[in-house]
Amino acid sequence: MTTDLNVDELLAPLPDKVRKNRSKHIVKKDPSGGSCPQIEANTRTVPGIITQRGCSYAGCKGVVVGPIKDMLTITHGPIGCAYYSWGTRRNKARADERTPPEQIYTAMCFSTDMQESDIVFGGEKKLAKMIDEAVEIFHPRAINICATCPIGLIGDDLSAVAKAAQERHGIPVIHYNCEGYKGVSQSAGHHIANNQIMERIIGTGTEKVDGKYVLNILGEYNIGGDTWEIERILGEIGYTVGSTLTGDSAYAKIKNMHRAHLNLVQCHRSINYIAEMMETKYGIPWLKVNFIGIDATIDTLREIARCFGDEDLIARTEHVIERELAAVTPEIERCRKVLKGRTAFAFVGGSRSHHYQFLLRNLGMEVVVAGYEFAHRDDYEGREVIPTIKSDADSKNIPELHVEPDPEEYRPPHLHLKMSKEKYDELAASGILNDYKGMYPDMVDGGIMIDDANHFETEELVEIFKPDLIFTGIKDKYVTHKMGLPSKQIHSYDYSGPYTCFRGAVTFAKDVAHSLSTPAWKMITPPWEQSGTGGD
Amino acid sequence: MLDCTPDKPLTEGAHTTGKINPIKTCQPVGAMYAALGIHGCLPHSHGSQGCCSYHRMALSRHFHEPAMASTSSFTEGASVFGGAANLKTSIKNVFAIYDPEIIAVHTTCLSETIGDDIPTIIKQSEIPEGRYVIHANTPSYHGSHVTGFSNMCKGIVSYLAESDGGEKKERANIFPGFVNPGDMREIRRIVTEMGVPSIMYPDTTGVMDSPMRKTYEMYPRGGATIAEIKESGNSKLTLSLGAWSSDEAAATLQAKCGVPGVPLRIPIGVRATDDLIMAVKEGFGVDVPESLEVERGQVIDTLIDTHFQYEGKTVAVFGDPDILVPLTEFLITMGMIPKYVVTGTPGNKFEKTVNGMLEEAGIEGSRVKAEGDLFDLHQWIKEEPVDLLIGNTHGKYIARAEDIPLVRVGFPVFDRAVHPLMPIVGYRGCLRLIEMISNALLERRDRDSLDEDYELIL
Ligand code: SF4
Ligand code: SF4
Repeated sequence: MTTDLNVDELLAPLPDKVRKNRSKHIVKKDPSGGSCPQIEANTRTVPGIITQRGCSYAGCKGVVVGPIKDMLTITHGPIGCAYYSWGTRRNKARADERTPPEQIYTAMCFSTDMQESDIVFGGEKKLAKMIDEAVEIFHPRAINICATCPIGLIGDDLSAVAKAAQERHGIPVIHYNCEGYKGVSQSAGHHIANNQIMERIIGTGTEKVDGKYVLNILGEYNIGGDTWEIERILGEIGYTVGSTLTGDSAYAKIKNMHRAHLNLVQCHRSINYIAEMMETKYGIPWLKVNFIGIDATIDTLREIARCFGDEDLIARTEHVIERELAAVTPEIERCRKVLKGRTAFAFVGGSRSHHYQFLLRNLGMEVVVAGYEFAHRDDYEGREVIPTIKSDADSKNIPELHVEPDPEEYRPPHLHLKMSKEKYDELAASGILNDYKGMYPDMVDGGIMIDDANHFETEELVEIFKPDLIFTGIKDKYVTHKMGLPSKQIHSYDYSGPYTCFRGAVTFAKDVAHSLSTPAWKMITPPWEQSGTGGD
Repeated sequence: MLDCTPDKPLTEGAHTTGKINPIKTCQPVGAMYAALGIHGCLPHSHGSQGCCSYHRMALSRHFHEPAMASTSSFTEGASVFGGAANLKTSIKNVFAIYDPEIIAVHTTCLSETIGDDIPTIIKQSEIPEGRYVIHANTPSYHGSHVTGFSNMCKGIVSYLAESDGGEKKERANIFPGFVNPGDMREIRRIVTEMGVPSIMYPDTTGVMDSPMRKTYEMYPRGGATIAEIKESGNSKLTLSLGAWSSDEAAATLQAKCGVPGVPLRIPIGVRATDDLIMAVKEGFGVDVPESLEVERGQVIDTLIDTHFQYEGKTVAVFGDPDILVPLTEFLITMGMIPKYVVTGTPGNKFEKTVNGMLEEAGIEGSRVKAEGDLFDLHQWIKEEPVDLLIGNTHGKYIARAEDIPLVRVGFPVFDRAVHPLMPIVGYRGCLRLIEMISNALLERRDRDSLDEDYELIL
């Protein structure tokens, strides 16, 4: 990477105050090594800027609690918020031995549809009535209630409504005070959802979870069936997936998550709170994993096996890796020929911009600019910076849960991993457990990390780096196309997927190759505008 | 949704509160869409960035186009102390960074609940010479996305339209209603074909169906210009299409500039298109050109040729009132039986109008509902099924669960391409509707038929 980006120059056209603010959100990977320079993240978006960010409600309902298939989720507020979070994330869910089809509510949308008079006189009664009706019609196992902006302003007491409804109906009714204005992005909503799931669901089950090695997969949302591919591979090696959080997960399973031996964390941003809290409360260690990318999947599988140290498990892991790899290599090689040497931008959410770098590297591509919409400093710089992050007014209004070791369920980590204390200490010293190093170490030298990238900056960066492809969300997708650049949604995969593990890599590789080579790109200039030399 | 809906009919009053699978969404998305129909306009959402993100997402998914808009990015502070500072900063930054000709501010339920006084804040803002900031109040706890569209249209008129007091020009204003750009193009073509010059706004053609060019244009080469909108105060009359989406704007223009509004339906179906053409003919004393006569004749010819394919078939229709009213009428014209007609947008006027049409046609036993939802509709279909479903993408779950073909019409259609470019209005739109409807029914028949019943010739 030779592009010598001058951040000040890039931002020069912006008004002074905006420029000052934004320059702190952009960091270049220093080729001479060293740790990540400080990047500003999780702070307010400048008013007026065309940002890609969403709100706390989107993080809570849209990302974390919405995909729980057997919970009926009511959005308390005017109609819009519920409408827009309806079915747009492609979190797949299916019936299984525990959850019959008539108890899968993820394709439905429930809203209290607040009207003017409810705003004036309060919406508690309406919410209570809607819960009663929903229980009567659908008989759900449990209910989620998510708050939207006006609910916080008019002061409806969700906790009281939920508590009373829970007593009336004898099922859990869990409320989330995830009003859109809380925090500065979706991130606040993730945290609020994590707190409630931890406090109200995990650990309330009493069932045993069968299996010699039981894993939970946290921060995996089963977009396009991602989770199912991971489960297939893990199952073949010999693991049992106790529960995922929250793609295709069920209340009935989340209750018993504390019975697992190891937590895998796929999306660090949206779920790290639960991983940490479970470590404290139950002693279950967690491992940051990445099932996006062939080499990343292999490393991840080997690390999981290492966590248990069982020779058999290690052997089976190698066997499965070998078999899967052999099956996908020819196709990957074919795509590599088309994709090698291409560059890309990755702009999304809070973890994917990192994960996809591994898969792209397998295909011979490099991400030169990567950004998150709502990450925190640790997602860029690694967890070691957490103690140094100053909390501000916007983060202070999200309550921290205080957890302590559970008097009955806590077991020291080595027992979860079925190994001696000494062996565990050795493993812990290697640093793979309970840690995340952030995106910076995996960025290409000279590459740019940009937080809460906005439209202006994206256009400028495209001009400078001239990438071949942009990975992004729906709002940027068509902008990118108009720039003459192919784009792929890494939020919803443009109807494709799964993209996880080995087979997913092939699907992804083909999709990307198609994006780049579709004949229409060469036809943008009509023949009558092409020069006499035969056009492009 | 596929399996959750109970098989047995619900008892009276079992579902009275809130919405389950709504057929409406909130006002700002409509306001944002209307604002995108002004050339050089950046819509601005005054509230927390989540709303803006959702509305842009919905528009992008439906149109497969960029939907640019900025936001005041409220956090808790703004929610407590009011959003004046955020809006002023936004206006300043938007002009400095994105250089639009005009900013169209709409509120969200957050800023509405706080009670921010938008006109006053705009007056206190720094607006560069020759640039504009307009606004519409779009509280989400009132009406629907159609109301938001209407409110922004009204806002455009109140801020921009002017009358020079002189004689009115032989020219029509067209308020096209909440329809796709493909429809807007077709409406304009019909009026032009009749030899009448027109000013149309909002006009999202060229903006939300913009062609692939070599470079990205933040303000695509479409939309009504500010000059045109100003000039609309000097037109002879306004063709106001769609009572819910256009009439308020037309009334405002009439009061402000003395341009009479002719209330019409969105021209879906033969009758509503006839009405539009008659209004232009009478308003301007022009003749109906042969070309339109040919188009009309082709529709009638097709209706007669193919009537047996759809006559007597029952259909459930859902969507926005301005689309549903003429569409239901056309379905009756086709000989179909609109069994269930449901809109999410509130208002008794809808039920009265549709029931009146059904009564006139002698159709009994249909159910018509304003402020309904898809859960209601699904329940009714379970009680008594229909042959065809017409509505937006969200209907696909019912279509699959009950094995009924779905013809996609309205907003939003997320899962099909080309849709917003192809008109359903005018006579050509009639042909397209007939094609979609009869193909859906015939494909269904082909798929379900036994080998010995699988036929080649109609
Ligand atoms: S908060 Fe209000 S304006 Fe925003 S999406 Fe929700 S209903 Fe619509
Ligand atoms: S990558 Fe982003 S949007 Fe996706 S789950 Fe993680 S934090 Fe959420």
